[in-house]
Amino acid sequence: MSKLSATMPAALASENTVSLKRQLGRAERMKKLKYGALIAPLAIFLLLTFVWPISALLKRSVDNPEVIGALPATSALLSDWNGENAPDALVFAAFAREMGEIKGTPVLAGAAKRLNMEQPGFRSLMMKTARAMPPAEGVSPRDALIEADERWADPATWRFLARNATPYTGRYLLASVDRTYDEQGQIVRAGDDQAIYVDVLKRTFGMSAIVTAFCLLLGFPLAYLMATQPPKIANTLMIFVLLPFWTSVLVRVAAWIVLLQTQGLVNQALMALGVTDHPLQLVFNSTGVYIAMVHILLPFMILPMYSVMKGISPTYMRAALSLGCPPFKSFWKIYFPQALPGVSAGALLVFILCMGYYITPALLGSPKEQMASYFVAFYTNQTINWGMAAALSAILFVATLILYMVYTRLTGQQDAASKAR
Amino acid sequence: MIPAYATPLERVWYYAFRVLCGLVLVFLMLPILVIAPLSFNADSFLLYPMSGFSLRWYEEFLTSAAWRQSFMNSLIVSPIATLLAMALGTPAAVGLARIDFPGKALLTAILISPMVVPVVIVGVATYLVFAPIGLSGSYIGLILVHAALGVPFVVTTVTATLQGFDFNLVRAASSLGANPLTTFFKVTLPIVAPGVISGGLFAFGTSFDEVVVTLFLAGPEQSTLPRQMFAGIRENISPTIAAVATIMTVLSTLMLITLEGLRRRGERMRGEGK
Repeated sequence: MSKLSATMPAALASENTVSLKRQLGRAERMKKLKYGALIAPLAIFLLLTFVWPISALLKRSVDNPEVIGALPATSALLSDWNGENAPDALVFAAFAREMGEIKGTPVLAGAAKRLNMEQPGFRSLMMKTARAMPPAEGVSPRDALIEADERWADPATWRFLARNATPYTGRYLLASVDRTYDEQGQIVRAGDDQAIYVDVLKRTFGMSAIVTAFCLLLGFPLAYLMATQPPKIANTLMIFVLLPFWTSVLVRVAAWIVLLQTQGLVNQALMALGVTDHPLQLVFNSTGVYIAMVHILLPFMILPMYSVMKGISPTYMRAALSLGCPPFKSFWKIYFPQALPGVSAGALLVFILCMGYYITPALLGSPKEQMASYFVAFYTNQTINWGMAAALSAILFVATLILYMVYTRLTGQQDAASKAR
Repeated sequence: MIPAYATPLERVWYYAFRVLCGLVLVFLMLPILVIAPLSFNADSFLLYPMSGFSLRWYEEFLTSAAWRQSFMNSLIVSPIATLLAMALGTPAAVGLARIDFPGKALLTAILISPMVVPVVIVGVATYLVFAPIGLSGSYIGLILVHAALGVPFVVTTVTATLQGFDFNLVRAASSLGANPLTTFFKVTLPIVAPGVISGGLFAFGTSFDEVVVTLFLAGPEQSTLPRQMFAGIRENISPTIAAVATIMTVLSTLMLITLEGLRRRGERMRGEGK
């Protein structure tokens, strides 16, 4: 190419290069367009069925539509109010008019429920006030409201209303870490009857950590054995790992109930061995949840560990042993560091999957073993509190995302390392 | 094998280690081995020793309207969701393997994310946006979300297959005058087919075992087999559940065998192993 242009007149060469460049550029664009068109349907599909729903749910955790939707004019006026002196007559007039308009509708009920969440007693105040609205002929809205309930004379009541008449609120997210707003709008610890979520989150992470630890403890030896056996035996052992992996989670949960029930095989065996003289309660408590969760997640631990261990050459261990390093020390100093990428990938994967578990604790546990997912489902199905369901989802989602990013970084490095090798 | 110079401690450790591994294998297999025989139990208790042999629980599964309906629903939802996941995932994986563009890493992460995001979040989120547009309590809504959950498996397995794919074959086909569609079906697809099929099997397995999204999104008419099982286990665990569990285990074993066959075929075609 360069040789060619050197022998050509300069003008002709540059003309040719430009057109060639343009042709190449066009071909490259065509290729991008063509292959981009292959990706586009899936991207659009996931945007509609996955990204959009999850974004909507996450937005729901800061949405605050109830009060502003019920009382739009009052909310607008209150947002301009300085919050110190009593609000002016315009506010009273707008509030009285809007309360009269929504009297007896679900809109009022929704706003009253929302305000009652913040300050118990506000539901009855709203209902009572609405009943007295609109004001009688010739009575000023201000007098009518104070007549209905004298709390409307107190600027603190209006400040409270103003604080909750914003389009967005941090309330649900704060509540999910046991925090709330006090009367002055400062963030404080929630009351003891409300402060349950930190415990739920601690339990979610704690249970995931315990399950991960057990999976590591049981999975490591088996992965090691599989990696050090000849392929034929390793493949047979692999079937024992893959068959449970492919079996439905519900089938395994049902099987564990059968095994662990009071007269089940496990209790029969324990009594025959003389470990206990009466049947133990092994299911519908934490024991049952842990056993089943470890069983379900163990293959996710073994598979990544096995794939890394398979690539570790046995010569390093042999070298260490022949140089006189004791077996356990050479394992710990030579083998384990090489297996570490697989161990951390497996552990993170199990932890991530465990955090989101719902059916296993729901079917095998007591209320004390329920994790964050259960409360997301509870607020969606039972009390229809979208704000709380969304806030807990958001926390779970962010935790999953962070751990998953760590996971991809780890496995990405592993890929790069295996390529370099 | 233990070398002759091994110390007694090393010998003990050698056997202890194998016993430990044996116990882990028993732990892994026990539930599957225990539940299948009980589905043939003559009486209605899920207890050993069994009182006799009977097929009555299979008969109950086949004759009960609720079980049959949920089985039919699973046979409607899972295959369609799988086909959709394969149809969307395969071209996308081909496209991703061929071009680079800004934000590709982010897009790939999004395509994989349905595999990682807790299913409860997916269930609640899709219920939140599907209910107002009439897609909750419908087959379409359920199929769409099941397909979304299956797509990452198709994308990852096809991507893995494409890593050994020689794109010069596509160029050769084009230069010999085949149009892109013919090239795809005659050249690309037969080579990546094992990846597409194993991805599809993973997607099918996911959908066929999916209960959480179904709990939120399906109405009573769309109840699937796992959801019916979930309800059954929650209320009163009966031998019918053991029968269903056995049928599902047989199905998953068949899928596992198919996958293993595909993997071996792939290895042979790439000339690895024997």
